[in-house]
Amino acid sequence: MEKAIKMKSRELNLFYGNFQALYNINMDIEENRVTALIGPSGCGKSSFLRSLNRLNELIEGSRISGEVFLDDSAIYEKGINVVELRKKVGMVFQKPAVFPMSIYENVAYGPRIHGIKKRSELDEIVCRSLQSANLWDEVKDRLVAPANQMSGGQQQRLVIARVLAVQPEVILMDEPASALDPISTARLEELIAILKTRYTIVIVTHNMQQAARVSDYTGFFLHGCMLEFNRTEELFLNPRHNKTEDYITGRFG
Amino acid sequence: MPGTRIGEKALTCLLYLSALIIIGILLAIVGYIVYKGLAMINLDFIMQAPRRAGKEGGISSTIVGTLYLTVLSLAIAAPLGVGTAIHLEEYAQKESYFAYLVTLTAETLAAIPSIIYGLFGFVFFVIYLKLGWSIWSGSLTLAIMVWPTITRTAQEAILSVPREYRENSLALGASKWQTIRKIVIPAAIPGIVTGMILALGRAIGETAAVLLTAGTSLGMPLSPADPARSMSVHLYMLAMEGLSMERAFGTAFLIIILLLFINYLANRSMSLLSHNGG
Ligand SMILES: Nc1ncnc2c1ncn2[C@@H]1O[C@H](COP(=O)(O)OP(=O)(O)OP(=O)(O)O)[C@@H](O)[C@H]1O
Ligand SMILES: [Mg+2]
Repeated sequence: MEKAIKMKSRELNLFYGNFQALYNINMDIEENRVTALIGPSGCGKSSFLRSLNRLNELIEGSRISGEVFLDDSAIYEKGINVVELRKKVGMVFQKPAVFPMSIYENVAYGPRIHGIKKRSELDEIVCRSLQSANLWDEVKDRLVAPANQMSGGQQQRLVIARVLAVQPEVILMDEPASALDPISTARLEELIAILKTRYTIVIVTHNMQQAARVSDYTGFFLHGCMLEFNRTEELFLNPRHNKTEDYITGRFG
Repeated sequence: MPGTRIGEKALTCLLYLSALIIIGILLAIVGYIVYKGLAMINLDFIMQAPRRAGKEGGISSTIVGTLYLTVLSLAIAAPLGVGTAIHLEEYAQKESYFAYLVTLTAETLAAIPSIIYGLFGFVFFVIYLKLGWSIWSGSLTLAIMVWPTITRTAQEAILSVPREYRENSLALGASKWQTIRKIVIPAAIPGIVTGMILALGRAIGETAAVLLTAGTSLGMPLSPADPARSMSVHLYMLAMEGLSMERAFGTAFLIIILLLFINYLANRSMSLLSHNGG
């Protein structure tokens, strides 16, 4: 069966000043699948994620070599429109940072930025995005309330709704469940399972069970290298590398 | 140890006492001005033009002059100051020579005594640019004077906006300028407004710089090209030339009321802004 590759990296190296954070990463990210990135703290998972939407370039002194493709276009090519890229490749950060505005305005922020002005159209996008993020029923009566009055789990889902409102093709999630209780985490995982039918998802997680539950593919990072990349069951059942095995069985990390 | 405990008690007492003294002094100043000034305050004092060099009549033209000068100077300085702050915090490379130069300039300007601004404004605006003693000359001089204050406070306000807000906005596909306009500035508005209040207070209270640039005319200023006497300058003249001590206190009282009123307005607009969610 032909696999559709949504994004791929080739010989990707990333530097912060003189420090090299990523070494030669080659990864294929399949369309409508969940790809998990695991590995000990500081191994470069977030750095890799942030090079998929060119967010690293906000950091002064960061440099990149190699290539990243979205569909067939090289995203680090000169004439690439970064705004268009980030519209297609949305990101959910580790800490949910809701903007200091109402719930409605948070979700409408992206669409407004991209030129949608009609109230009815915005209403519809906000409603649809909140529904997709599993948040609609909880907030439908207080859309004008300040977003920072919501609970942590609600804020996390609001941030997801905010990304969905832009109608991206790929969603990058950096430890989206790190601030959530077990129930919210379970709901988030259900949500990811639904979202992957429409989006391509890359998720960083420190939770092995979570990676095993939600992902189709898993990449194991160590010291800036991707040591192993495989179908999730394969990687967890028959790790090729003994460092991978040590990590997933909790012997280090 | 008992010794330290006594020492600590003594220190607490001392600190308490010094705080009391400061509050006492403040109350004494304000109280004295209210006590002396209140007697003068009536509608005539506010609405009537000064007569016989201010010995008689009200102070209407100086109130208008003051409002004119402060509003115009702020209208010039606020966009410049906030613009400078945005440039320094969001666009300039942190170690660039230009950014260093701008910061140094702002710091130096903030430390210059106001009479020097007055002298500069007199030579440059009044004489060289031929603006004469006028609200233009006065406002431009005041604008240069309060620009560093506005820049500084706006810089701090912008700096305190969490970096995550910016990253989230950019990751949603917003451009840098959209992010600044829709996220950074609204989040920084309380701090920016605070800086403007400080600037306003300074502009209203300023005497030396205004005296040399806007002049001392008691006529009602109509256009910004007219000369004007601000309330502070009027107060200075009344007291200095022994024209009318009661009117000097009446003017002082109104200056304080005006400052309180502006403070109140600024607070109101601030809470309105933050309620609308920026
Ligand atoms: N802005 C930066 N400047 C310099 N070095 C950085 C910067 N961000 C990350 N690094 C370094 O790059 C390496 C990889 O960091 P990264 O944040 O990608 O790790 P991570 O795998 O996401 O870790 P964690 O699981 O703790 O989030 C680390 O050694 C880190 O110190
Ligand atoms: Mg990380």
